[in-house]
Amino acid sequence: MDNLTIADRTFTSRLMVGTGKFSSNRAMVEAMEHSGCEIVTVALRRVDIDNPADSLLSHIDRERYLLLPNTSGARNAEEAVRLARLARAAGCEPWVKLEVTPDPYYLLPDPVETLKAAEILVKEGFIVLPYMPADPVLARHLEEAGTATLMPLGAPIGTNRGLRTKDLVSIIIEQANIPVVVDAGLGAPSHAAEAMELGADAVLVNTALADTPSPAAMARAFRKGVEAGREAYLAGLGPQRDKAEASSPLTGFLRN
Amino acid sequence: MILTINGQAREINQVGTLADLLAQLQLSPERVVVELNGEILCADQLGANALSPGDKIELVQFVGGG
Repeated sequence: MDNLTIADRTFTSRLMVGTGKFSSNRAMVEAMEHSGCEIVTVALRRVDIDNPADSLLSHIDRERYLLLPNTSGARNAEEAVRLARLARAAGCEPWVKLEVTPDPYYLLPDPVETLKAAEILVKEGFIVLPYMPADPVLARHLEEAGTATLMPLGAPIGTNRGLRTKDLVSIIIEQANIPVVVDAGLGAPSHAAEAMELGADAVLVNTALADTPSPAAMARAFRKGVEAGREAYLAGLGPQRDKAEASSPLTGFLRN
Repeated sequence: MILTINGQAREINQVGTLADLLAQLQLSPERVVVELNGEILCADQLGANALSPGDKIELVQFVGGG
């Protein structure tokens, strides 16, 4: 079996799903089911004590899905570490999707603070999956710090613009000894397939499913995109050429 | 007494501990994580800490996110 191993856990699915922005909990759960995912991300926020919404966790089967809390909203390493510790205190396994995004317009990850937080969290025993700029040098530093994966962005979060960082992600994949998960910006199954064909170990999507009329159907499409891309990567893509090379024989033409 | 809960000052009466506070706010301890004056508390510590006026309390929970 072509499984994905992160830290000490093995997964059959290479598609991770975020739980934000769905129109209903039901739509979210259906998308999770149809995607075939085994890892789902969640965020931590203050309870609105005048209006407590029903608990997200009551909708997520923890036997089936590994809960991956993110540190979204953190603007620096200190805030990210605090969120990670809160998530662990909530009874989660010590897995964390580390996100430090001080810039509210593009939500680009802060490389310096992300590395700083990663070093602290790894020392505290967390399994750290860092959301990061597609920077191969930073990738090396994070791997040396002991992160479990690298999660370079394809494009800014929620933009659906696809794998705009392809050349850099390709270098990260070439150099990494830990799984590379393309996170953020993938908006179509073809984008996911492209990342997987490149050799990414997995992809994470949220907006691409949540912000569509039929999240469950789109989740199925992404599942196929990821599987197709992975199979193509394992099969080995044929070489690209500048000039045409005929597929049909160049002999026996019906002409004089 | 006045407590600061999630950044807002609130008049809260007839609560001795964080467990009492959660009960009064109708929040199940399984679904929230509690920070008291910057320190994260486990569920089994909620009944042990007596609240004092001016305490800063954070009540957080999981929500959808990517």
